[in-house]
Amino acid sequence: MSILIDEKTPVILQGFTGDKATFHARQMIAYGTKVVGGVTPGKGGQQHLDRPVFNTVKDAVRATGATTSLAFVPPAFAADSLMEAADAGLQLVCTITDGIPAQDMMRVKRYLMRYPKERRTMVVGPNCAGIISAGKAMLGIMPGHIYRRGNVGIVSRSGTLGYEAAAQMNAIGIGQTTSVGIGGDPINGSSFLDHLMLFEQDPETAAVVMIGEIGGPQEAEASKWVMEHMSKPVIGYVAGLTAPKGRRMGHAGAIISTSGDSASEKAETMRAYGLTVAPSASELGSTVAEVLRRLPGPRVTA
Amino acid sequence: MDVHEYQAKELLSGFGVPIQRGSVAYSAEQASFVASELGGWHWAVKAQIHSGARGKAGGIKLCRTYHEVQDAAKGMLGKKLVTHQTGPEGKIVQRVYVEVAEKFERELYFGIVLDRKAERVRIIASAQGGMEIEELAKSAPQSILQVIVEPAVGLQSFQARELAFGLGLNIKQVSRAVAAILGAYRAFRSLDASMVEINPLVVTGDDRIIALDAKMSFDDNALFRHPDVAEMRDLSQEDPREAEASQDNLSYVGLSGDIGCIINGAGLAMATMDTIKYAGGEPANFLDVGGGASPERVAKAFRLVLSDGNVKAILVNIFAGINRCDWVAQGVVQAVRDIGIKVPLVVRLAGTNELEGRKIIHDSGLPIISAETLADAAQKSVAAARSAGSSH
Repeated sequence: MSILIDEKTPVILQGFTGDKATFHARQMIAYGTKVVGGVTPGKGGQQHLDRPVFNTVKDAVRATGATTSLAFVPPAFAADSLMEAADAGLQLVCTITDGIPAQDMMRVKRYLMRYPKERRTMVVGPNCAGIISAGKAMLGIMPGHIYRRGNVGIVSRSGTLGYEAAAQMNAIGIGQTTSVGIGGDPINGSSFLDHLMLFEQDPETAAVVMIGEIGGPQEAEASKWVMEHMSKPVIGYVAGLTAPKGRRMGHAGAIISTSGDSASEKAETMRAYGLTVAPSASELGSTVAEVLRRLPGPRVTA
Repeated sequence: MDVHEYQAKELLSGFGVPIQRGSVAYSAEQASFVASELGGWHWAVKAQIHSGARGKAGGIKLCRTYHEVQDAAKGMLGKKLVTHQTGPEGKIVQRVYVEVAEKFERELYFGIVLDRKAERVRIIASAQGGMEIEELAKSAPQSILQVIVEPAVGLQSFQARELAFGLGLNIKQVSRAVAAILGAYRAFRSLDASMVEINPLVVTGDDRIIALDAKMSFDDNALFRHPDVAEMRDLSQEDPREAEASQDNLSYVGLSGDIGCIINGAGLAMATMDTIKYAGGEPANFLDVGGGASPERVAKAFRLVLSDGNVKAILVNIFAGINRCDWVAQGVVQAVRDIGIKVPLVVRLAGTNELEGRKIIHDSGLPIISAETLADAAQKSVAAARSAGSSH
C-alpha cells in the first residue's frame, strides 16, 4: 500500500502541453504512473505524448475516468486550475507552481469547503516537489531513482530536503511507502496533519518522517495530533536553526514572525509531543534507522 | 515588499482611510516649501525608512516654524537612522514626509494580517495605540480585539462596528471608524497586501478618526497584477546584494559567517546552513538558486556570494529534481574559470544527472573538493574555511 497515489491511479496533467509539463509527464510515465491524458484549453482533440488532450478538466474526467491531476499552470492562473479540478470532482490535485498569490490560495481553500467532506478534493502544494509512491507512481518533479519501496512515509515542506531524507534512508537500506511535499508557501492546500492521518491508516507504513521549516503553526498542530492519536512513531526535523528573525528564507512561508515560529522552538514542541527529533539534517537517515530498530515485532525495511 | 509611510497613506487614502494632509520632500528646502504649501501652524517631519519605531530613534520631529521644518529635514536627510527594527546597520534616510500636525485625544492600534493558522484575514485592534503589537500581546492581551474575515464575502460592517464599539468610541466616532476599517480592509484585499498596520489610529477632539502612521507590506507573488504598487519599491531600503539577487531570481540573505552557500531549494539551503553550524562553522549567507538553474544563474550566484569579503570557502550543495546536475556543474566550472575563485570550493551534486555532473567537475581538472553526502560537504567546507582563514 501507499497513500494518495499508486500505479493504478489514473492521472491527468493540467497545462499538459507546456515544455516543463511535457518533460515531467515523460518522467512520470517512465516511472510507471498511469497518465491517461491532459488539459490545455484550446488544444482539446489533439494528441500529446500519445494521450488525448482536453479543453476542460470535466471533459478529461468524463472521457478518461481520471481521479487525480498534476497542475503545471503559471502562478496567475494556478488558483483557477485548482478550483476547476475540485469542481470536476477529482480526488487529488497536486500543484508544483511556485509564486501563487497567498490571497488566491485563501480563496481556493474556501472554495474547497463548498463540497461535502466525502467528495472534497485534496490539494497538495503549491510550491512543492509533488508526491511519489516508491516504485509505483510519481506525481511531480522529483528524481524518481532516489526512492525505493519500503515502510517509511515522508512528509516535507521542502522538496529538496525531502530528497535528502530519502537519499540518506536509501543509503542504509531503508525504503519509503510514499513521500509527499506539502510546499513552502504560507497557505498550503493540505497540511502535515492531513498526511499524517493518511499514513496512520496505511498498513504498509511503519513510521513517518516529518520535515518542517521555520514559520507557521503546522508542525505544532501535527505534533499534538501525533501524541494524541498516532500509533506509529514520527521522526521530526525542522530546518532553519541559523535563520534570523523577520527575514524570509526563500520560501514565502519561511519567515520567523511570531513566537513558536523558530526552528528550535518547533523542535522543542515536537520533542514535547513525543516525536524523535533528528539532531541535524545529515542524521535524518540514521535517526529513522534508530527508531525502526526500536519497533516491536518482525520488521520489513526494504 | 514593503513601502514607505507616505506611500501606504496614499494607497489607504484612495480607499477612504482618512489621513492628514502631507507631502514627501527630498531636500531640506523642499521640506520647508511643502510646509508652507500645506499651511497650518504645526508640522511633523518624518524620516521615510522601511522601519517602525522611528520616533524613539529621532526620526520624527514636531516643528512650529518653516525654519524648524527645514532644520529637522536637514538633520535627517542623508543620515543613517538606527531603530530597534533596522538592526545596528540602520537605514539611510533619503526622503522625509512633512505632514500637518494637530492635537489628538486618543491613540488606537489597528492592523490587518494574513493569519496562517486560520488561513483567513485577521483584523486586530486595541485601545492602546502607539505600542508595538508584540508588546501589547504580552502586557495587555485583554485589550486586543480580533475578527476573522470570511474570504467569500469579505469584511462585514457589523464586524467593523464590533471593533469600533470595543475600542470605546462614541457613536459619532464609530461611524467614521467603521468607514476607515472597511476602507483599510478593501485596500488589503484589492492590493494583495500581506500586512496593514495603522499605529496609531488617532481620535481628535472633534471626533475625527485619522491614520497618523501607516505601514503596508505586499505579497511579492501578487505584484505582477499591481504594477502601480510594484513601482513603489525603494531598492535603497533593501540590502544591495539581496536586491541584486532578486533581479536574477535568486533568493539571497546575507549573514555574518565565512562559508558562502549556493544551494537549490529553500529547505535544503536552511538545512545545509544548520549542518555547517553543527560541524562547527558559520554560514555567510542563505542562497537558493531555485529550480531550473542555468549555468548563467549559477555563475551569478558565485559573483553574489563572493561580493561578501568575509567568505573564506564556498559550499555548493545541489539535490536536483527539476534542476540538472550537469547544468549546475557547467555553471560551476564556468564560474571558476571566468571569475577566478580564490577561496576553496566544495561541491556536492546529487539527484537528476548526478553522474554527468560529477564527471564534468572531475574532468575540468580544477581544484574543486568533491563531497558525497550532506555531512561530508559541511565538514569539508568547515575544514576548508579554517585552513583558508589560518593561512592569512
